[in-house]
Parts: sequence; C-alpha cells; structure tokens
Amino acid sequence: MAKLTIDDLKKIKEETAKSTSIRDGDANIKITVHMGTCGIAAGAREVMNALMEEMAEADRQDIRIVASGCMGMCSSEPNVTIESKEAEPIVYQKMDANRMRQVFKRHVLLGEIQSDFALAKM
Amino acid sequence: MRELSLHILDVVENGITAGADIIRIQVEESRTADLLSITINDNGRGIPAEKLKKLQDPFVTSRTTRRVGLGLSLLAAAAERCDGKLTVAVGTGGGTEVRASFRYSHIDRAPMGDMASTLATLLMGNPHIDFVYTHRIGGHEFSLDTRDLKTELGDHALEDAMVIYRLGERVRTSLDQLRSNTDKPEAREKNHGKTDD
Repeated sequence: MAKLTIDDLKKIKEETAKSTSIRDGDANIKITVHMGTCGIAAGAREVMNALMEEMAEADRQDIRIVASGCMGMCSSEPNVTIESKEAEPIVYQKMDANRMRQVFKRHVLLGEIQSDFALAKM
Repeated sequence: MRELSLHILDVVENGITAGADIIRIQVEESRTADLLSITINDNGRGIPAEKLKKLQDPFVTSRTTRRVGLGLSLLAAAAERCDGKLTVAVGTGGGTEVRASFRYSHIDRAPMGDMASTLATLLMGNPHIDFVYTHRIGGHEFSLDTRDLKTELGDHALEDAMVIYRLGERVRTSLDQLRSNTDKPEAREKNHGKTDD
C-alpha cells in the first residue's frame, strides 16, 4: 500500500489505451475554471470534477481545460469561462456540478449558449 | 472552508500562481501524537522577506496581496482554532513552504475531505506542473509522484481526462484503505486512551 505501483500505472494505461495523445493539435475550445480562494470556497472543485467526468465521456481531443485564479467577481463564483474560436468568450456564474454538465453538453458540444447561467460576454 | 483538502487546493494554486513547476504536498495524520499536519512546498518565486512578516497579520495581507492573503488567513484561522498554527517560510527549493498543524482530536478540526478530488482537480487544470504527494496515516503511507507517472505513461498521459479520472478513483481507494488499516478496532482502542486525556 506504500505507493502507487508501476503495475497500477500500467493498468490505468491499459484501461485508457485508446487516447494518450490528447491536446496535441490546436484546441478549438478552452474552458477556464476560476480557482481562487473565493472560487474554491464556493465549490469550484466540484465543478472541475463534473467537467472532468464529462470530458472523459465526450472523448474530444480539441477541448482544453485550464485552472486560473480569481477574476475579481468573487460574489458570482464559481465562475467558468468558455472560449471558442468562432464566438466571443462567455463567463458563466454560480456554477455547480449540474450546471457545468448542462453547459458542457449544450454550449461546449453543441454551441448553444446557456444564457440563463451567463454572467457576461467578454 | 469545509474541508482541509480545499485549503490544500487553495494554497497549491497560490504556489502555481507564483510560477512553481513542482509542488510537494505532505499530509500526516497521527492519532497517537494527536496531530494532523499539512506541508506544502513550492519552487515558485517565493514571498519577499518583508511581506513574509506581514503574513502574520491577516488585515495587512488581505489588503495588499488579496488572493494570497485571504487564503492563508483562512488556513491560519482554521489551524489556530484547533490548537495548531500556520507557519510560512522560505522553502528548501527557494520557493515557499506553508505548514499548518492541527490537534487531530479537536472538535473544530474540519475533516480531511476528498483529497482525491483535490489532486484530480490540480492535475486536470495544471498539466505542466509536477506534484509529489505523500499522505501518512498512522504508520501507513501513500505516495504519488507525477514525474513517475509521466515517465511510465508518457508526457501527455496526464492531459487525458479519462486517465486523471481513473487516477483519482485509485487515489480515493488507496486512501480509504489506508484509513481502514489504521481504524482497526484494536488500534482505535489503543489510541483512545491517549487522545482522551
């Protein structure tokens, strides 16, 4: 139990053998989860975890996830910014795991902006 | 913050903002010594000496370096509430070392919380930073070094959401096991006498 062993690693690698060369090409969509003290206290970690699960399920190579700091709008945290090549960046506010899943499925995958959760267009 | 693992996430993010590329997280839970300690070491650009002194004063820090100050003040308050303390010093690698201690059995001590989530979040959001994580509970230890993972699986393996997700699950199981090893009835019995006085 001392360490995550090489065998463990190999198992993980086998289980996920299909994709190890993600993020090589250009990222079309960038998802930024703001993780300042305010964001973390408001639940940014759960948002990130939901996002990770959705990403694992979607298996898209052109989406990049980034953690960044506070952007100064602490009262609307957790904030998530979605930037894509075609449209202007959208900041979503007061996110939680379910909202994140919806935004991912609708906005990120289908391009439908979820204006109910949006804080601003940048 | 509701969990100590959220404080860890916060302090580590500070280190990343300070330009660190390797971060060491050490957690030690000892019931026999009635102590829980968290040490986070980064190799970022560090905190200037004069500001380091001011960190003891939450009002000064929360105004001048708001992001850093607020996070550390919250952690300091959490530690002091539990007969522990927070120390911030120049790290061994030239960056910053943050150490928080808590009395393990203190009623106000927040639970450790979901460390696996904290790690997965860090890995997911910061693929170019290495993490060395050691968690000791009683005499048992779990450790994870992303440099090993990268050597073994290839540099880009940890940029895959699926790999990180699985890794997180594995960390969670390992930590649960570690905890149940220490929580055996006879161990609990033995420790109880010591923590109760």
